[in-house]
Amino acid sequence: MTPTKCQDQVVLDLWHPLAALAEVPAGFVQETVLLEERVSYATDGGGNAAVWLSRPDLVAGCPFEPGALTRALPAKVAYGYIWTSLGTPPTELFFIPEYAEPDRRRLNAATVGVNVSAPRAIENFLDMGHFPYVHTDILGAEPHTEVKEYDVELSVERDEIVATRCRFFQPKASTASTEGADVEYIYRVPHPYCSILYKSSPVDETRLDVIAVFLQPMDQEHIRAHMMLCVLDDENEDKVIKRFQQTIFGQDKPILENQFPKRLPLDPRAETPIRADKSAIAYRRWLSQKGVTYGVIPAAT
Amino acid sequence: MLDTAKTRWHPIAASYDLPFRHVFHAQLLGREFAVWRADDGYVNIWENRCLHRGVRLSIGINDGRELKCQYHGWRYSNRTAGCTYIPAHPADAPARTITNRTFAGVERYGLVWSAEEPHGRVPDVAGLREGEQLALRGIPLNAPADAVVSALTGYRFQPNGRLQGNTANVSLEGSDTFSVALRAYEEGAETLVVFFVQPVDSSRSVIRGVLDAGPQGAERLAILRHHNERLSKLREIAEREAQAAPQPAPLEPVIERVSPELAEMPEMTAHGRKATIRVTVARKWLAADGIAAFELRPVQGLLPTFQPGAHIDVHMPNGLVRQYSITNGPGESDSYVIGVKLERDSMGGSLCMHETVREGDLLAISEPRNNFPLRRDAVRTIFVAGGIGVTPLLAMAQALKNQNLDYEFHYFAQNQEQLAFPEKTALLGEALKPHLGFLPETTAAKLKEILSGYRPDMHVYLCGPGPMLEAARRIAADLGWPETAVHFEYFKNTNTIDDSSSFEVALARSCVTLQVTAGKTILETMREAGIDMPSSCEQGACGTCLATVIEGEPDHQDVYLNDAERKSGTKIMTCVSRARSARLVLDL
Repeated sequence: MTPTKCQDQVVLDLWHPLAALAEVPAGFVQETVLLEERVSYATDGGGNAAVWLSRPDLVAGCPFEPGALTRALPAKVAYGYIWTSLGTPPTELFFIPEYAEPDRRRLNAATVGVNVSAPRAIENFLDMGHFPYVHTDILGAEPHTEVKEYDVELSVERDEIVATRCRFFQPKASTASTEGADVEYIYRVPHPYCSILYKSSPVDETRLDVIAVFLQPMDQEHIRAHMMLCVLDDENEDKVIKRFQQTIFGQDKPILENQFPKRLPLDPRAETPIRADKSAIAYRRWLSQKGVTYGVIPAAT
Repeated sequence: MLDTAKTRWHPIAASYDLPFRHVFHAQLLGREFAVWRADDGYVNIWENRCLHRGVRLSIGINDGRELKCQYHGWRYSNRTAGCTYIPAHPADAPARTITNRTFAGVERYGLVWSAEEPHGRVPDVAGLREGEQLALRGIPLNAPADAVVSALTGYRFQPNGRLQGNTANVSLEGSDTFSVALRAYEEGAETLVVFFVQPVDSSRSVIRGVLDAGPQGAERLAILRHHNERLSKLREIAEREAQAAPQPAPLEPVIERVSPELAEMPEMTAHGRKATIRVTVARKWLAADGIAAFELRPVQGLLPTFQPGAHIDVHMPNGLVRQYSITNGPGESDSYVIGVKLERDSMGGSLCMHETVREGDLLAISEPRNNFPLRRDAVRTIFVAGGIGVTPLLAMAQALKNQNLDYEFHYFAQNQEQLAFPEKTALLGEALKPHLGFLPETTAAKLKEILSGYRPDMHVYLCGPGPMLEAARRIAADLGWPETAVHFEYFKNTNTIDDSSSFEVALARSCVTLQVTAGKTILETMREAGIDMPSSCEQGACGTCLATVIEGEPDHQDVYLNDAERKSGTKIMTCVSRARSARLVLDL
């Protein structure tokens, strides 16, 4: 195999998302970019996908003949997306048990291109302090700006970061209420470029909605963000549920694109953390420990 | 080859790029700036990057006094660029040292000038007279500065008043690496234009032209249009040539690292009782009957960033040290204004300020310290001031007013003449509620009225004479206010200090054990052992010398901690409080 432009073996060996299965027309070649390489993929309409490094004999739009494919990349369909890897990926992707619960709605809320590194976008996803300023009157509202103490731990056996007991004031806590109240969140970072959040469900107090962001690094400073929803909602049409998430992400996008530098600095002295940034601090350390260099500015050693 | 000298002044904007409450995105030699004019006229030139998460401050909000970051609402003060508020932690005062990088700025010839490390002053330009010039529209172009300068030497134009003609003689009056001066003559009319080429990056520039005269009205527009058309043509040619030439690599400005203590999770760190700042008494006036006001200006440089509720130590000519609250509103960063009440039983402090200190005198002051931080996440905030206790609350109320947050300001005084800083309190408008001539009994009834109707997320801030604070705290507790919602600051500690005990103090982090003997405070004992600890009032009122107790039972003698904090046994004021147990372990 020709050498890849990305030299980060940790990142090469990860599974990366390419597209939402439901949005791919079956039987035709599609093309995208992953880690600066052109990558093609196709599905057979039966939930199977094939992925390969783009080549002139199978260009985008061509009907796809599985028999013609040699030297394919690893491919996997999981959580409604097609995943691949440019290296040697683990057998399993991280686990989201709720995805299997039969009464949930599972959708791709949107796939959006953002001019930012994947780790900057993950940090934004983990961050609650910006709710009153960026998602004004939706996820937060002044003067309720406090980020209360929460817990962060690195789960060693699962190799993921988990932030629990996160609470933030939301002006309209659920569709049923007009009063504001604290809403609980749990965050997981099981993959350097993927994160999952659990949030109290407005329809069933005992269960949690699941919202995940799976980032496809096109290069070190450009991503496609795939947003997965796995929620309890019998009422709203898909487009209503999607629109909410698209609004939220649309508010984050201009902030993300105005962060400088675009790659996430891992030097602890590059930026100023506060207690509210505990999860981001843990995330930066975790990336450092893993030796991730792609999409970050590694700390000088 | 681009001259990348960081010492040379360059224009980075025109004065008209800084309209009311705008933030302008400028760039010089690859480095981005957020440039904004505060309502007091000061032009701030800052690194275009919030220190928290690197978001460009040029997309921030200029509220006239402070710049607010769009991402997390961090607020940075006019002039100093010091962070004054972090909304995610409303109960904490941000470490004063969270300060963005600022750059020198000068407005001259209708342009804003800056440099990374400028030498000397913005040079005088022969033929331009301040106030009479006309700054042309900045023309950005994708071409390196040297190529632009050489193109400009061939620029042809008509003098003012002869724009219709086409026969002007243009002479090159002078040029250097980044500027070109040209004069056009035609039939008695002549006009000087000086072009400054701003090197935005290695391959991008802005042409900033200044004419020596700028008539008003239609003629002005015609002149601007004349140069705009001709410079646009010059741009097309210069860009075409630059495209054909090899592209130089973009410049990479070095972003300074934050200080090591800021890189860690913040613990509030302050400094010892040190008078590190020299100020001049720029103005002294009577703020009210018996209250002298002092405006203190720095002898050189800028004063440090302050937060509402902060106080400074003033070191007086007679050797005494006293604490006074800063009354300034947000962004009023060119001086500190304090109020000093003449105490009848003055020990010499207020007397000295009233009678000895005069306008023009030099004083030594400490950096501001904030042990009375203002939360800004309340649905409603009530301020209750008694007499000179108005000073810290005045600063707080102005901060809330500036952010359009809900508050009411109750001000108790003997009579109208004793209401201090009327010019500042008048700005509070309807929120100001003066209560005049109340006796202790009637005060209590009034306080009941003010403090009734507690709802969650309300906060009250009290500052005034001891008996009034005691009454207000008791009434608040009776009316259901939780202790965490009642914030207070005493002028002084009137408790009789019992310093007869002796005990052992172990400093866990310093790995030192000290013996505190009768008659000595913990603070003094630590200092004798060479351990520096910040302090200010040294009588248990201001909160500066707070330490965390890991083990042992404190003997609280201060007036800073509230009852819950006392009972928890986890905090101690080291200047007056002692130990009930034989041993105290402090987290120092």
